[in-house]
Amino acid sequence: MSAPTGITWATLAKDIRLEWRSKDAINSMLFFALLVVVVFSFSFDPNAEESRHIAGGLVWVAFLFAAVVALNQTWARELRNQVLDAYRVSPAPANALFLAKALGNFLFVAVLEALMTPLFIIFYKLRALGPAWQLIAIAVLGTWALVVNGTFFAAMSLRTRSREIMLPLLLFPISLPALLSMVEATTNILTGENSAKFWIVLLATYDVVFTTGCLALFETVLHAE
Amino acid sequence: MKKAFPILGLLTAGLLTYALYQALVVAPTEQTMGDVQRIFYYHVPSAWTAFLLFSINFLASVWYLLRRNPVADMVAVTTAEVGVAFCTVVLVTGPLWARPVWGIWWTWDLRLTSTLVLWLIYVSYLVLRRFSSSGQTPVLAAALAVFGALDVPLVYFSIWFFRTQHPQPVIGGGGSIDPRMLHVLLINWLAFLCFAFLVCWSRYRLEALWREVEEVQALEALAETGSDRR
Repeated sequence: MSAPTGITWATLAKDIRLEWRSKDAINSMLFFALLVVVVFSFSFDPNAEESRHIAGGLVWVAFLFAAVVALNQTWARELRNQVLDAYRVSPAPANALFLAKALGNFLFVAVLEALMTPLFIIFYKLRALGPAWQLIAIAVLGTWALVVNGTFFAAMSLRTRSREIMLPLLLFPISLPALLSMVEATTNILTGENSAKFWIVLLATYDVVFTTGCLALFETVLHAE
Repeated sequence: MKKAFPILGLLTAGLLTYALYQALVVAPTEQTMGDVQRIFYYHVPSAWTAFLLFSINFLASVWYLLRRNPVADMVAVTTAEVGVAFCTVVLVTGPLWARPVWGIWWTWDLRLTSTLVLWLIYVSYLVLRRFSSSGQTPVLAAALAVFGALDVPLVYFSIWFFRTQHPQPVIGGGGSIDPRMLHVLLINWLAFLCFAFLVCWSRYRLEALWREVEEVQALEALAETGSDRR
């Protein structure tokens, strides 16, 4: 039996290679996020000074919706050829697989964010009035908050009917505090009116709590069949 | 056991009637809000009952994850469903009171928002149970219940901070309550608890019967395939 880290890296490398060759997740996420940006720009005046106050919410809602597209594909490819069943009967630790999947999703969503952020800045004429470096911390913590629970709930919804619909239904209610923190922190930095410290700490707490929860329960969920 | 159910039903009906009389007639009229305030005797006991049921649901879910006891799972289904029903009552009676008193149906205040989020989490719990196709629904549902419980303090904390930054109309929190009002409130809560217990009981029996029927059907199907082979 190979070490857990070995399994994590092997699975992660396999997922990255698959994604690099097919570009399924990243292309659909990118196009989806682009559509959200365009649709939002019709619903209000993107040039108004007011847009600074709503841009935080807008950016994160776009990323959340786009992330769901990638998250839904996480486990689907493991169902083909019964890969997941093979994994289940193998002595490999479940958490190694979970971490690989979560890290993979993190990477894909991070790439999406890196590509989409310039577009947001151009389309909505954004400029941070607060300390912009904190946005990086928010992006890392926020993305992890979305993907760690997303990966977990995607595994959960594998065993449900109409699983593509199930994922957002499970993920969104639980993610509300994280989403609120990301949106508020981003808005605070863009407007420069308040400190974002509290929200970043809350986001970090959310990450710690739910990463622990996912690792504690993933084995149970994986073997539930 | 079977005799206890109608007796408890009658007792609950009597208690609810008495509580209704107390709330509408005996309780003093509130000075500034008037009779609208009487909805408080339904709103608050429903909220307390819903939170109690959700807590039981969480404990039952943890119990199920640890022991895989089917009774724990049946308790979890029952309390989640009845809890959502009571929570819905809270979310409906709240705006009915808020409209004449605050002049608005809804505000994104701490307690309102966190109750709404709690309701959303438990609705997603019920949806998961409904849509789950495998025999492992209880495990998945129990895991979700644990996640929901982890989420509740974070929801509360985040909205608390959110709202202290953006002041909103404040509920008449704090302050003192007339002892007669408190008395009526507690009677109503007792009546609601009895009612919730009664509903949970019949829902639990229904769940147990369903499972029994499913088991019998599965056994019959097995017996049929067995005889076909012979």
